Amino acid sequence: MTTASPGGGGAGVRLASLDDGVELLREYAILVCVLALFLTLTFTSDVFLTSVNMKNVLESVSTYGIVACALTLLLIVGEFDLSVGATFVLTGIVAAKLQPSLGTWPALLVGVAAATGVGVFNGIAVAYFRINSFIATLASSLMVVGLGTKVTDGFQLYIEDPSFLVLGNDELFDVRYSIWILALFALVCGFVLARTKLGRWLYATGGNLEAARLSGINTRAIKVGAFAFSGFAAGVAGAILISRTATAIAGNGIDVVFIAFAAVVVGGTSVLGGRGAIWRTVLGLLFLEFIRNGFNLLEVNPYYQDIIRGGIILVAVAIDAFSRRT
Amino acid sequence: MSKRYGGARALDDVSVVFAAGEIHALVGENGAGKSTLGKIVAGAVPQDEGEIVVGGRPVSFRSPRDAIRHGIALIHQELALAPAMSVLDNVFLGVEPGRGGLLDRGEQRERFREHAERIGFEHSPSARVETLRVADQQKVEILRALVRDAKLIVMDEPTAALTRVEAARLLDLARDLRAAGVTVIYVSHILADVLALCDTVTVLKDGRRVKTAPAREETPESLVTAMLGRSMDLVFPVQTPPPADAPVVLSVRNLTRPPAFEDVSFDIRAGEIVGLAGLVGSGRTEIARAIFGADPASGTVEIHGGRLRRRSPRSGIRQGLALLPESRKDQGLVMMRPVTENVSIAHLGEVTRASVVQIRRERRRVGDVLKSVDARAASYSMPVSALSGGNQQKTAIAKWLMKTPKVLLADEPTRGIDVGAKRAIYELIHGLAAEGLGVLLISSELEEVIGLSHRVLVVRAGRIVAELAGEQANEETVMRAAFGSGTAGGNGGSERAAGTAGA
Repeated sequence: MTTASPGGGGAGVRLASLDDGVELLREYAILVCVLALFLTLTFTSDVFLTSVNMKNVLESVSTYGIVACALTLLLIVGEFDLSVGATFVLTGIVAAKLQPSLGTWPALLVGVAAATGVGVFNGIAVAYFRINSFIATLASSLMVVGLGTKVTDGFQLYIEDPSFLVLGNDELFDVRYSIWILALFALVCGFVLARTKLGRWLYATGGNLEAARLSGINTRAIKVGAFAFSGFAAGVAGAILISRTATAIAGNGIDVVFIAFAAVVVGGTSVLGGRGAIWRTVLGLLFLEFIRNGFNLLEVNPYYQDIIRGGIILVAVAIDAFSRRT
Repeated sequence: MSKRYGGARALDDVSVVFAAGEIHALVGENGAGKSTLGKIVAGAVPQDEGEIVVGGRPVSFRSPRDAIRHGIALIHQELALAPAMSVLDNVFLGVEPGRGGLLDRGEQRERFREHAERIGFEHSPSARVETLRVADQQKVEILRALVRDAKLIVMDEPTAALTRVEAARLLDLARDLRAAGVTVIYVSHILADVLALCDTVTVLKDGRRVKTAPAREETPESLVTAMLGRSMDLVFPVQTPPPADAPVVLSVRNLTRPPAFEDVSFDIRAGEIVGLAGLVGSGRTEIARAIFGADPASGTVEIHGGRLRRRSPRSGIRQGLALLPESRKDQGLVMMRPVTENVSIAHLGEVTRASVVQIRRERRRVGDVLKSVDARAASYSMPVSALSGGNQQKTAIAKWLMKTPKVLLADEPTRGIDVGAKRAIYELIHGLAAEGLGVLLISSELEEVIGLSHRVLVVRAGRIVAELAGEQANEETVMRAAFGSGTAGGNGGSERAAGTAGA
């Protein structure tokens, strides 16, 4: 598909170098962009490169980042999860509702377990009933939003117990828990993808489902597992958020879906499966956040931010599509 | 004219003259290039080299639309109609007469009636196409070609989906077309039809033209001889039959998966290469997939006498089965992933500890296996897609040698690769058998099946119809069994594909 076979004529060679160019762009464009943005902001703003601002940046991407790590795995197996937003919100609602009776930590755990359950449901719908993952998770998203509204009756839930605020606000070595948890997710997912049997199975399943199956991989189990993990990650992120504010209200969490997905594709993970990496997702996340943070520091009209971020996603997916053409 | 698919030549420097108003047959074995030639003439696929001259002027077709503009139309094996639309709409699709976006129904009907009469189409123009039988749908396709003023119609295996009676009518139709001054290129397996119908026959073999001759000078025997003529570049390893007391490694009993195949039983001994021959679509591939556990089937599969249960590719691999699938691109390899990953994927247990891949050990093991099959790549960390077809296929084989299997099911192991790589793969399969593996070899290339196998099983319409060992297995006996011509010149039985192919 890409490089010229030995003895290829002039046209073949030209084509190969073009493809190599696209391939390089896919590989390292995000790194160059993040570095350029980082340097620009460092020199144009006094506040940007300060430990307070950097912690702010990380803190504000932590919940999105946790979801983005799981979405990276899911995109690599060739699937997608629109329900992470709704699941994220549901976790907070479940935890807030149960906290008075169960206590803080059990309530949060049940919330995360419920989120994982939504993931398993999605996985079974996609892997066993062969429902397209966009449709399956759009439908389950609607169901989850409905469930959340039913549980809260449309009201906002407040939790008074101060122990509820620990996860979202306390620090370890001067850094908030949420940032540590994001780091843990990124490291574990990155290691799994790069160095483990499971990682190879994920890439093979997304790269060529039939070849993976004929290689003895239980591709259905892989898909259910990836969806379950996506639900779990949305649950952990949701638990952090509810514990930051101690208030829960029903909603679809669409910004979570949007930003997490944007981070993954801007990083260069293919929407068609089989390719991608966690370090790319982390860079994608930083890229989007630097833009937001930078615009705020430079006092750019916030309306432009969304327009620009939307444009960036289109460019990222276009590069993916271009490098895939045969 | 030449055409390459991947690394393989489907057509190699072929020149044919089609005279106006004749019916000209293209015949040859599976993969001889007859369909490819037909498609190039009709603009469905582009040629790599060479030119097409229509009425003295060179033309170049970038699409079937270009070809139809020069009066050339293709009737596909699979029909390309809009099933829910009417006959009339289908016939005029894309060339609707009318003005300013409004259809001129009157003119449509008139032109339709004129052509329908010519070819004896009896259904209403407003009938929906999906309600018609295949033979009538084919006529709709032909009508579609006629209203576009086609002077040359390419028919690619037009009788493949028809009953015997319908097929006979189609032959009459082709004659009517000729009478109306239309040239027909008729691509077919069925030699009796070809000889009865055509004026001129061109025989293709391995992408080359063997001969073009008037049909009345040919007989089925002379055509088969021409189709078979040994190609010189292939050399097969000297066969060493397995010892008579070699144990049975694979035993298949009453394997059934309707409608693909039925009641398939055979044994393979250690060190034996068993060929599975048959026409494309006879059920060969499906049998191999079911043995491997990729598709469900009833019946039993035993390895070294132990019956396999709870069938899946995973359990099959664990029991020592390996499947080299028909299409390495769609089923064998994950094209965008590195060579190394593709080789280790089915046996990661060999290079992991506590599920963690030991990169150095993996690189070493994979390197050794790739070296043993002589697969060459600039780097094993480049995507498989960057390799040549032959090296891709070697990689697909190497994947099953990380842990030596007991039985290798090789489906079209040399499809689409060049002669040098073919020879290397023959040596490889031969060597594996010599080490005591049982091999089931499926191939559309008769020479390959016969040259490599100790014993050949012939499949026709999902059943094993012949078992030919040693000297009994030659191209004629295998081909005759595959086509199912028991009686010379016989159209006996209800089976319409039972044309005469053998001597």
